[in-house]
Amino acid sequence: MNPMPTITDEERSELRRHGILLTSVEELYNWGRSHSVWPLQFGLACCAIEMIAASMARFDIARFGSEVFRPSPRQADLLIVSGTVTKKMAPQVVRLWNQMAEPKYCIAMGACAISGGPFKRGYNVLKGIDRFVPVDIYIPGCPPRPEALLHGLMELQKKISGQSISGPEAPRHLRHDTSCEYPVPEFGDHDLVPPKNPEVWKVPESPPKD
Amino acid sequence: MEPLEQICSRLLARFPGAEVSVLPNPGPAAQHSLLVGRASVREIAEFLRDDPLLRLDYCSNATGVDWPEKVIVDVTKVTTPDPAGGPPKVSEVKTERLQPGYLEVVYHLYSMELRHGPVVLRTRTVNRTDQASVPSLTPVWRSAEFQEREIFDLFGVVFEGHPDLRRILMWDGFKDHPMRRDYVEPEDYEWEPTPHGDLVEKAKRARPPVKGGEPVA
Repeated sequence: MNPMPTITDEERSELRRHGILLTSVEELYNWGRSHSVWPLQFGLACCAIEMIAASMARFDIARFGSEVFRPSPRQADLLIVSGTVTKKMAPQVVRLWNQMAEPKYCIAMGACAISGGPFKRGYNVLKGIDRFVPVDIYIPGCPPRPEALLHGLMELQKKISGQSISGPEAPRHLRHDTSCEYPVPEFGDHDLVPPKNPEVWKVPESPPKD
Repeated sequence: MEPLEQICSRLLARFPGAEVSVLPNPGPAAQHSLLVGRASVREIAEFLRDDPLLRLDYCSNATGVDWPEKVIVDVTKVTTPDPAGGPPKVSEVKTERLQPGYLEVVYHLYSMELRHGPVVLRTRTVNRTDQASVPSLTPVWRSAEFQEREIFDLFGVVFEGHPDLRRILMWDGFKDHPMRRDYVEPEDYEWEPTPHGDLVEKAKRARPPVKGGEPVA
């Protein structure tokens, strides 16, 4: 819900040169949120190795304000699902997601977290974490390089910066009509019960046939 | 290491009445194995471990094989003499018999002390349903513990005498044995960008039918 700008960006930068900062609450709020995204210190498979590399000196995720990997979900803003989610692990991942405080975001890192990847036809692998958790950014790769993770993080920052803080487009934590609690699947006789959260994931439309 | 036939004959001499035989491997690897009956596998395993010529003190690998029941067609040639004095008529009689299914457990044994191996030890269950049990060899080789749990989990072989027989990979309430050949996986494979083969049918089942027609794959 951006009000119509009454001054142009050039005028604003001209004012900034003279030491006058003009901004909106929304812009300031989103700027603050998007530049201190704290990820959960949590890895599942080989993608986690790339995530660790991204946090080290060579790639240095600290340049983007996300170097503070929190060992507790209560203090984290970002769940990087880095690796294969087995069906046995899926309830724990959803539980961690539920324990994170809003506003929170989720990155599905790598082929396995997106769709099950090379293990998609296995009996024991969840075919994408987006069946239970709303995913904001998908990073393809097997595993994605640290640069790809950083790119994903920058895309997430763009997404956060573009969110409006009121109205129907507001993020989950600023609304009252959406729940921040996601049902945790249980271990069934043959599969997870339920096998997916229909509120979050639907069978995608088929690609058009030629 | 002495040849497998010699081990087999020594075992037969040491344990008269035990079911021991050499199971040949017809492939190019020619890695033949010792097939041992359930009743005596435990004492034979202890013998293989303690015998001074073998000292197979290291069980590097334990795995399972599922052999479902199958129909075997036996072809026998029957020669009937021609009463007119001509050449005898040869006809083939086909008889079908049902070979019952069973589960097999395979152990690969090495000797750390004498640096030889492997000796492949196999044992089989009676069937795949109610008598799917073999004696556990964990009391003989401690390294078999987790692998026998895995075989129990994925094949459903019950190891008698195992100290801690629980599922190890799947959760406790899981009912199936996914590595068995008749395992039916759950319908959780709804979508792939380019479905092919039997995946097309699965993808169709996961979708509601479009108006008046077939579900789209």
